[in-house]
Amino acid sequence: MQLSEERLHELLANVQKPLRYVGQEWNSITKEWADASVRLVLAYPDLYEIGMSNLGLAILYDLVNRHDDWLVERAYAPWTDMEAAMRAAGVPLFALESRRAVADFDVVGFSLQYELNYTNVPNMLDLAGLAPLAADRPAALPVVIGGGSGTYNPEPLADLFDAMVIGEGEEVLPELLAAVEAFKAEEGAGGSKDALLRRLAAIEGVYVPSHYAPREDGSVTPLGEDAPASVRRRIARRLGPVPTRPIVPTMQVVHDRAVVEIQRGCSRGCRFCQAGMIYRPVRERPVTEVLDAVDEVLANTGHTEVGLLSLSSSDHSGIAEIVQGVLARHEGRRVAVSLPSLRIDSFSVQLAEMIQSTRKTGFTFAPEAGSQRLRDVINKGVTEDDLLRTAEAAFSAGWNRIKVYFMIGLPTETDDDVLEMARLIRTLQALGRKVRGRTVDIGVSVSTFVPKPHTPFQWAPLAERNTIERRQALLREHARGRGIHLSWSDWDNTWLEALLSRGDRRLGRVLLRAWQLGARFDAWSEHFRPDLWRQALEEEGIDARAYTARERCIDEPLPWDVIDMGVRRAYLLREWQRAACGEVTGDCRDECRGCGIMAAYVSAGDGADASWRCP
Amino acid sequence: MDHPVERVRVTFGLSGPLIYASVLDLGRLWERLLRRAGVPLAYTQGYSPHPRFQFASPLPVGYSSECEVMDIWLDRRVDLKELARKMVGQSPAGLTVREVAEVPLPAPYPQATLRAAEYRVQLESPASVAEIDAAIERLLAQTSIERRRVRKKGQLQSYDLRPLIHSVRHEGVDGNRHRLWVDVQCGPRGSGRPEEIVEAMGVDASHVAIHRIRLVWGEREEKQA
Repeated sequence: MQLSEERLHELLANVQKPLRYVGQEWNSITKEWADASVRLVLAYPDLYEIGMSNLGLAILYDLVNRHDDWLVERAYAPWTDMEAAMRAAGVPLFALESRRAVADFDVVGFSLQYELNYTNVPNMLDLAGLAPLAADRPAALPVVIGGGSGTYNPEPLADLFDAMVIGEGEEVLPELLAAVEAFKAEEGAGGSKDALLRRLAAIEGVYVPSHYAPREDGSVTPLGEDAPASVRRRIARRLGPVPTRPIVPTMQVVHDRAVVEIQRGCSRGCRFCQAGMIYRPVRERPVTEVLDAVDEVLANTGHTEVGLLSLSSSDHSGIAEIVQGVLARHEGRRVAVSLPSLRIDSFSVQLAEMIQSTRKTGFTFAPEAGSQRLRDVINKGVTEDDLLRTAEAAFSAGWNRIKVYFMIGLPTETDDDVLEMARLIRTLQALGRKVRGRTVDIGVSVSTFVPKPHTPFQWAPLAERNTIERRQALLREHARGRGIHLSWSDWDNTWLEALLSRGDRRLGRVLLRAWQLGARFDAWSEHFRPDLWRQALEEEGIDARAYTARERCIDEPLPWDVIDMGVRRAYLLREWQRAACGEVTGDCRDECRGCGIMAAYVSAGDGADASWRCP
Repeated sequence: MDHPVERVRVTFGLSGPLIYASVLDLGRLWERLLRRAGVPLAYTQGYSPHPRFQFASPLPVGYSSECEVMDIWLDRRVDLKELARKMVGQSPAGLTVREVAEVPLPAPYPQATLRAAEYRVQLESPASVAEIDAAIERLLAQTSIERRRVRKKGQLQSYDLRPLIHSVRHEGVDGNRHRLWVDVQCGPRGSGRPEEIVEAMGVDASHVAIHRIRLVWGEREEKQA
């Protein structure tokens, strides 16, 4: 089914931001439907302007389009006004390129990045005319798959998906599409879903939830020979080609710029950080490759800004060369360079000085915790001295505005640690006034720590609500002064994120029920209804505290044990125990800390890839 | 780089996906298009430089057009044929470059002397041709038509639509699709909006599609300061 342009215009007559729904942007690719052997729709469970800022989807769009016979299109969650217009007109969820119904594709691939988007998944499936539960979709095609960091605890979503891609999509998706292509060729339209799922389960890095049964303890057990005991995350040995012809949105999106990924993975080993654990090993893109990609992507998009993406920009061994190279090659062409995630050191200030002649944006850094004791617990590896020297360098270099990221609710945290944070904030303010000779602007963002799967803190509980609210009040009282602006996360958001990221398969029923009760766009305050989630939990007879508020025993099976990240449990446990003693573990580029990546991905006699930063 | 050396007037059409682009979206779109085309755009000086271009009259979101006009200022002289060819090569779906011509640097801004705009309005309505004609006649017979429009910050402001209407004609009908031709004031002293005219006519119309056909500049208008 294909929506006509005329009907689309009718639908859009009374809808906000219609550019979300019209496609045909520069560099988008519409292939001939009839000529494609496999048709994939990449679905993002949030608005267009959020999904269009996601680099992973841009990589996959580019990768699949490189195959002449394969077709890939996009679908995003329509905002509630558009959803209402579509439901009223009987128009199913459609893909932007061809305006064909999502249900007409062979593969519907959801990108799962954030727990507070999860209710948009059943909603989008329902809008597409597909049953939200995999068990209620008897046909083999379309097969509904999920990928992205959300799959590293797949269980809360397991009932919705036919298969989940564990690890880097560049590796798994081509194999998965080839398997679907072969299935269509060999079994035809009437092939059974069982047969298809068996083919997919045979691919390394594919988790088929229906091949596993939940146990009472929340973990899962394989049901037959097709199901491996655990599914290991796939990784790209080296970073694949940069998508240098990315789609250029006509409307303003969240990150309205060209992007080049310069490094994947991070070697710092912060114990709270899921990204630092799940994107190992550190893989660098060579300097010349980065510079050529920047040239191409700017030429192909016309963007005026390029973001050099990584988890820790200043850690790339050639970062100065990259920044100088980009600036030299594009001198006089008004190209801005952005470097997210700078380390707290004076080198980062030098880098920031190079790229920001105007000091328009604030200088950002993330000490995460206020006291040295707590920074050692989380293995942040930054001293107060580092922090103050970096801030002083930034003020001296002309910044009047800095932005500081902290967390509260960290394991072992006390009110004293939070008072230390307040003192540190006031010290920064005084330092700024002394250096700048005027009031400086200190933006302080205080989020609440959520213990995430596959990190050393996966056994930790979420802090209690009253603890968090008391510490937020302490900060309001003690971290105030001219120029200091505090912001923090809302408890209910944190609670739901913790519940879903730490949940087991039982939470799938809660998710579905919450959606039926009307939950969607939970990440958007105008739509978030925590009361619906509480009602859903009650109706399903599930105690949220068992997931959020309980410290897990170290010998207890965990729902996400079925996913093998390549990082050893023994390593996580050792880091958890070192955290309890406040012992710091150094950067793994200096010395291997035995996280297990080398053993998992490097066969005997074979070294790590030259792009890895493993010693 | 401080002083543009050439000024070019571009006439272009907007259709399909781009009828939903706001003037801000179009500004970004053109900047990127021209950068891809390697056009030596002049930028404003100052804290946050932006490319120097001026649209004659922002097209309301939802309208299509075949006569949008934009002036761009360049740092280097370019061959106009080559410029047009490059622009066409970098145009996204919905943008049609129709004409590229040099304008003297000191000429007034395109919006300064704009006087009128002509539109084709297609509306789906069960009304007969005679009923539509009668509605037009009634509309034009009025000496003032009070309408309200939403200003910035959401307040309603009332204005008189009638002096903004130069002429309205029923052009033809195909089934229940009527075509009207509308000539309204357009420019710095106020612009008439065709959908307001349709509403003021009081005919029952389900779907209204509006297309801008022509912009009209006046010779007698005030000179640019």
